[in-house]
Amino acid sequence: MNKVQEAIVRPSGWRGIVADWSGDQRAFKNVSWGKAMMWIFLLSDTFIFGLFLLSYMTVRMSTIVPWPNPSEVFALTIGDRKMPLILIAIMTFILISSSGTMAMAVNFGYRRDRVKTAVLMLLTAALGATFVGMQAFEWTKLIVEGVRPWGNPWGAPQFGSSFFLITGFHGTHVSIGVIFLAIIARKVLRGDFDRERRGFFTSRKGNYEIVEIMGLYWHFVDLVWVFIFALFYLW
Amino acid sequence: MVDGTLGAVGAVPPAEVEDMELYHPKSWVTRYVFCQDAKVISIQYSLTALSIGLVALVLSWLMRLQLGFPSVFSFIDANAYYQFITMHGMIMVIYLLTAILLGGFGNYLIPLMVGARDMVFPYVNMLSYWVYLLAVLVLVASFFVPGGATGAGWTLYPPQAILSGTPGRDWGIILMLASLIIFIVGFTMGGLNYVVTVLQARTRGMTLMRMPLTVWGIFTASVMALLAFPALFVGAVMMLFDRVLGTSFFMPALVEMGQQLQYGGGSPILFQHLFWFFGHPEVYIVALPAFGIVSDLISTHARRNIFGYRMMVWAIVAIGALSFVVWAHHMYVSGMNPYFGFFFATTTLIIAIPTAIKVYNWVLTLWLGDIHLTVPMLFALGFIVTFISGGLTGLFLGNAVVDVPLSDTMFVVAHFHMVMGVAPILVIFGAIYHWYPKVTGRMLNEALGQLHFWITFLGAYAIFFPMHYLGLVGVPRRYHELGEAAFNTPSVGTLNAFITIVALIVGAAQLVFLFNLAWSLVRGKEAGGNPWKATTLEWQTPETPPAHGNWGKELPVVYRWAYDYSVPGAEEDFVPQNQPVVARAGAREGAPA
Repeated sequence: MNKVQEAIVRPSGWRGIVADWSGDQRAFKNVSWGKAMMWIFLLSDTFIFGLFLLSYMTVRMSTIVPWPNPSEVFALTIGDRKMPLILIAIMTFILISSSGTMAMAVNFGYRRDRVKTAVLMLLTAALGATFVGMQAFEWTKLIVEGVRPWGNPWGAPQFGSSFFLITGFHGTHVSIGVIFLAIIARKVLRGDFDRERRGFFTSRKGNYEIVEIMGLYWHFVDLVWVFIFALFYLW
Repeated sequence: MVDGTLGAVGAVPPAEVEDMELYHPKSWVTRYVFCQDAKVISIQYSLTALSIGLVALVLSWLMRLQLGFPSVFSFIDANAYYQFITMHGMIMVIYLLTAILLGGFGNYLIPLMVGARDMVFPYVNMLSYWVYLLAVLVLVASFFVPGGATGAGWTLYPPQAILSGTPGRDWGIILMLASLIIFIVGFTMGGLNYVVTVLQARTRGMTLMRMPLTVWGIFTASVMALLAFPALFVGAVMMLFDRVLGTSFFMPALVEMGQQLQYGGGSPILFQHLFWFFGHPEVYIVALPAFGIVSDLISTHARRNIFGYRMMVWAIVAIGALSFVVWAHHMYVSGMNPYFGFFFATTTLIIAIPTAIKVYNWVLTLWLGDIHLTVPMLFALGFIVTFISGGLTGLFLGNAVVDVPLSDTMFVVAHFHMVMGVAPILVIFGAIYHWYPKVTGRMLNEALGQLHFWITFLGAYAIFFPMHYLGLVGVPRRYHELGEAAFNTPSVGTLNAFITIVALIVGAAQLVFLFNLAWSLVRGKEAGGNPWKATTLEWQTPETPPAHGNWGKELPVVYRWAYDYSVPGAEEDFVPQNQPVVARAGAREGAPA
């Protein structure tokens, strides 16, 4: 699917876009089906996360009870010092780092370097799993302190509802990403994409582009976290 | 003017993509059940949607029996009535119309019309159907759980949807929300396929501006659905949390039977915004495929090119975009800032412009056309008439000041049934009569089709015209019984009985259609490859019904737009899209020698 014949020289810039869209066969030239599908899926998913965040902001305004202070709720006492948002800062650092390792995996994927690609993907998955693990720790801590979806000791019940809903939905995305990273890393390591081995379900030949498509998803999940971090924890 | 002339034959660019790899079924199960062929998936989608639609039809009968002859049927109590109304609405809008137009027609027509072998990801496409089936089964299960199906009204407004006074509060609402979430997951799998297939898997020579309007309609609707369903997904998840976990996203502080509930601080209006941010685009998700299909039916059966093709395409895109900024016209009586009402009334009325362009273009396509009154054409003409009737009352309701007195009356019910119930359903029938020969190789029976059309078309008017009057005199919607109210005059009672009798007849006429579908499968006239002498690619397949992979060895190459009917100088009154352009003295275009 990525063996493309370049038949005509296309103009650049806006004229190029117009030419592509008025041409036949493909609107996005040189974009494979899989990559196009992932981009459009992410657009749809953006609407889901966007609407979750908008809804959270709406209930934060509609509730008449004071909103708990995030920098106190999300503080850890390490030694004698109470450090606000320390756990979230570490989690954010880990997730952003995993985007870096993912980008490197994509790079080595296109160089057809099986081992490095697989190792970097597994490292990304490990960082992602660490993130989910720390999220589990955060959830446990809050639950022990009495935070529930329907209420908490410090104020508006919508705090707990929005927290579990939004971080839970994002954590699910990360977990699904970790699972697929592991699956694809295994395929890379086994040499499926060098030997064009056919998929178990789809019976189609795979290729290294799937690493990049996986990367799109992973970067998206990281980007969403930045917004959750800003709008939920910092506000 | 788009005449599709490329100049020289050699101007069609070479293939950019390798031919598609297909999974070839090895057994009966992978050929007919877990099948990855879009055509089989389409039939599975259509049959499932029609079956669940039959359930909704029976529910509408039961509602009409209660409205026409109150208190005669003791088993239809107020709770049952609300359950019928809710399930009827939800099934018709989502599980029938959306599923059959996108999952049914989309799967069959997109690959064939753009010249692809299949959808781009057949396996995901297959999953889409099975997830949809699961959603339907969960929905059906809600009839049988303790407390029965939910009776919250199809809009499921909180807080009442999950409070104890509402029927189906125990399990019905949970299953309804779960079913919607599953449906959206399934649709996303299919919708991504439809969009990517149209954008990235067209055959050589098939530019976007040569696509039949059917594909434009389904494509735009799929894009809209991918952006609108997230709102319903988010709303459904949060309401599920409110019901199951006791959160208060949508629940304000409430006193029920003298007891303060645990809820508090949520925003019921938030749900309305989420619901209608999905709900209004949903109207056009149903309407745009119908617009596209009806354009092709009219052009083919009037033997005339579609009038203003470019305008038709841009109108579809403009309606799709505008439909995302009109949602709050469903909420004029919800207690919004009046300036919001002003904004949403304006955007709503602006939609009338591209819509009117489409109606004029359909009429101008018919103008001086060689109109063949075949059954598909009758349904297409019926669509134009019903759509105008329903659309005009939309202009009334779109104005905030006019809407306020009419809101929650039968006028609204008549309006939306006319415009998004009857009109798209007529197109679906027309489309089935039109494409059945391609799907099965046999024609549907003409006489039965005529009978079906006239009863359905005239019956629709007999049902819904009087309903406008009922609304104007003040009969509210969603009332189980009208009682001793001032608006309940003898004429209201008589009209309600009349409507009920017609509704029963029209419903029964659909059995004629179902019989026709089954009978013609065996006894229908042999259709041949292109019985309507149509130009679009699906009629040019080497086999009828098309084989797996659609096109035999070579993919078709497209040389012209989809509407070369009655071209002067051509040998026949239609020129298929894959017929090369040959320059010839004396004729602008013609068939090759």
